[in-house]
Amino acid sequence: MAKVELVVNGRAVKGEAEDRTLLVHFLRENLGLTGTHVGCDTSQCGACVVHVDGKAVKSCTMLAAQASGSTVTTIEGLSLNGELHPLQAAFREHHALQCGFCTPGMLMSSADIIRRHPEGLDEATVRLELEGNICRCTGYHNIVKAVLDASEKMGKGAEKAA
Amino acid sequence: MGVEGIGARVLRKEDKRFITGKGKYTDDMVVPGMKHAAFVRSPHAHAKISSIKVDTAQAKSGVIAVLTGSELKADGIGNLICGWMIHSKDGTPMKMGAWSPLATDKVRYVGDAVAIVIADSKGEARDAAEAVEVTYEELPVVVNALDALQPGAPEIHAEAPDNLIFDWDLGDETATNEAFAKAAHITKMDIVNNRLVPNAMEPRATLGVYDSGEDHYTCWTTSQNPHVARLVMSAFYNVAPENKLRVIAPDVGGGFGSKIYIYPEEIVCLWASKKTGVPVKWVADRTESFLADAHGRDHVTHAEIAFDKDNSILGLKVQTIANLGAYMSLFSSCVPTYLYATLLSGQYAIPAIHANVKTVYTNTAPVDAYRGAGRPEATFVLERIMETAARELNVSPAELRRKNFVRSFPHQTPVIMCYDAGDFDATLDAAMKAADYAGFEKRRQEAKKSGKLRGIGMSCYIEACGLAPSSAVGSLGAGVGLWESAEVRVNAVGTIEILTGSHSHGQGHETTFAQLAAERFGVPIDSVSIVHGDTDKVQMGMGTYGSRSGAVGMSAIAKALDKVEAKAKKIAAHLLEADEADIEIKDGDVRVAGTDKSVPWFQVALAAYTAHNLPSGMEPGLKEGAFYDPSNFTFPGGCHICEVEIDPETGTTEVVQFVAADDFGKIINPMIVEGQVHGGLAQGIGQALLEGTHYDENGQLLTASYMDYTMPRAFDLPSFKVMNTETACPSNPLGVKGCGEAGAIGSPPAVINAITDAIDNNDLAMPATPQIVWAAIHASK
Repeated sequence: MAKVELVVNGRAVKGEAEDRTLLVHFLRENLGLTGTHVGCDTSQCGACVVHVDGKAVKSCTMLAAQASGSTVTTIEGLSLNGELHPLQAAFREHHALQCGFCTPGMLMSSADIIRRHPEGLDEATVRLELEGNICRCTGYHNIVKAVLDASEKMGKGAEKAA
Repeated sequence: MGVEGIGARVLRKEDKRFITGKGKYTDDMVVPGMKHAAFVRSPHAHAKISSIKVDTAQAKSGVIAVLTGSELKADGIGNLICGWMIHSKDGTPMKMGAWSPLATDKVRYVGDAVAIVIADSKGEARDAAEAVEVTYEELPVVVNALDALQPGAPEIHAEAPDNLIFDWDLGDETATNEAFAKAAHITKMDIVNNRLVPNAMEPRATLGVYDSGEDHYTCWTTSQNPHVARLVMSAFYNVAPENKLRVIAPDVGGGFGSKIYIYPEEIVCLWASKKTGVPVKWVADRTESFLADAHGRDHVTHAEIAFDKDNSILGLKVQTIANLGAYMSLFSSCVPTYLYATLLSGQYAIPAIHANVKTVYTNTAPVDAYRGAGRPEATFVLERIMETAARELNVSPAELRRKNFVRSFPHQTPVIMCYDAGDFDATLDAAMKAADYAGFEKRRQEAKKSGKLRGIGMSCYIEACGLAPSSAVGSLGAGVGLWESAEVRVNAVGTIEILTGSHSHGQGHETTFAQLAAERFGVPIDSVSIVHGDTDKVQMGMGTYGSRSGAVGMSAIAKALDKVEAKAKKIAAHLLEADEADIEIKDGDVRVAGTDKSVPWFQVALAAYTAHNLPSGMEPGLKEGAFYDPSNFTFPGGCHICEVEIDPETGTTEVVQFVAADDFGKIINPMIVEGQVHGGLAQGIGQALLEGTHYDENGQLLTASYMDYTMPRAFDLPSFKVMNTETACPSNPLGVKGCGEAGAIGSPPAVINAITDAIDNNDLAMPATPQIVWAAIHASK
């Protein structure tokens, strides 16, 4: 068994898990943070993306023990003080989600994309950057619109807000 | 229309929980004492089971039980069935081979479930599953439908010695032959519709809970139709009587058809929960989903179309062989028959059609409905052969289609369907204008200058939605009726709950269905809640598939709203001392028309429940139910135009423009309708360009992960140009037709027509990967 200590969504948490436990399973099963989803076994679909120390990480590619000592933000921690993150608002505004299963990973990846592109984004860049996130419902059309819109609205504050 | 009524672009009520990570999917459910299951699955495509030894697995850490098919059978659990009877042309019933939820004597595809292991953790269950020792005696394998029909092919089911499930005909063969005899031109084609894996992003999952105190079962499951699941598990699989079985389909992460069916896993987990005394949860991993979810399509077709000297269609002949895989899934038989051949007339007036369909067993995963279900296959055949005929006849593909359009309605086709409404010129014109069809040649020449091959292709589709009139489908062999139910409960404070038998797994019912009440009573949609997906809450329903939630589900709600409105008006007339006929409900007020006399909506509701002052003899309460059985199918139709640019050096295809002009009848929420089209287009373009399902000759699925099966990603697709024209549907009270499947139906032929136009070679298989396109370019040289 591995000891795991994390700061998740601003709160310090401790737990024990089998050595082979993935970060995504630790979040879902030990911490009850079920917003992070598992959609594949090969780190392709991106439904499990969270932020580890500020960077987007597929939480199915990382052992919980490996993540120990890190600061993790999950979808449950993306909005602060009850206000939607600009990306969450944009996803709703542009109907960028249908079944909602890929949505948490899409949002967490998109936040990271915006953070890494303080100069702003265009459609081609967003489409390329979303390579690691699969959606089967929306055809990506409205996801791309939402990310562009949020990026625009976040403007120069993008780095900070993401 | 009010700001939140019919036709309004209302943002979705359900979004908040999904964007904040608060959705509740089956895998998120936790109950006290819950344990985890793993299935032992066959690694062979076809083998006899000589023995199953569970001792080693049973002794492993954390293992609670290892259960096999013989125990399941001993407890009386039944075999899985196909619920739609098809008779061969010689009158014999389809040959349904037995499908045990856990195989006992023989396995028939890689992934066939053999045993279930239940353990404290998922990891322990999987470790133990690997320790179950199954001895197999391998048998010869057949994966291809044509091979399966050859003499001497391996026999998969004793019930179907030649692997032929049925040999079915539709249409008048003699009349069609006579039409062909008069033809000035005949176009012939061989057409393959590739097998697809639906790949809803949420893998299938189930949680079975047996309560020994009540002798009651609860099944959480990833279902598009929880009531059908309860009915089938109760009536056919002998899991429990309906009153002792509650099925809950909570948030479901996409379905696309694959979550209609009742699979072995739900049945086995419920049974295992009673057997072991613990709640049993199973969640598929993605490879399991590839192996054991029902697949889609997989048709091989020869088609011929006959024209007279004026290019009017005289007749159509279609022969199709459909691969149904190793077992007949729940609705597998109706997909290549009544959802396929009945649509072969397309948008055209075709005097004579004859279709023959043979369905075949192979050692592959079962095949059933996938987004569009039969209608994409029909559209692909017809729209590929129409485009090809136009090229052979040297006429414009648009004009050949236009010349043959149906223009008067109702229109009875020779293949059962009677189209009630449509305007095919309108969608064709809208699409051609949006695509700048007229300016294409200039763009082609421009592309040529930079060494690219540019092509344009169209597809004019029709589909039958709003499944379906119960008596009609009953006469065609369906085991169920296809009506829908609704209940509208107005609370004493005027808020409203709408209970529906439809199930939302991405379609936005919580919003669109609420818009119906907002339109009717002028109440805010936030005061309207939609209740669905739980057999304890909603009495009965047929679920969501075949673009039926709008045309059938919402029609049932409209009927229930009629009844509520009528009663509310009676109460208001009594309170306002006015004539019932003068009462109108508007903007949250109930008024006497043309006066300033009114009473707020909530006071009418309150009056219904206080019952202090109701019309004489009226029962208290304001709650009404309705069942709606449609009088006809609905017929959405449209025109899709695809423009591609191909790099001849690499064979890479870029979709540079995609236009979809669709007629869905009346639209309740345009934002949601557009979203449905976008998603359908992505799946259709995915089928055309990317998605290939490959079994090797031993029946091993080579494309069983996202490393191997190419899912469309954001950079594979363009932004779409989607638009609507509108002819109201006369067959239901709302005038709606359905929009869920159109994108996946119309788009594949448009893409392939565009590529074949670009490369000047009409012989092109789907998915048109760079390798296939490159080879086709070089073959045509």
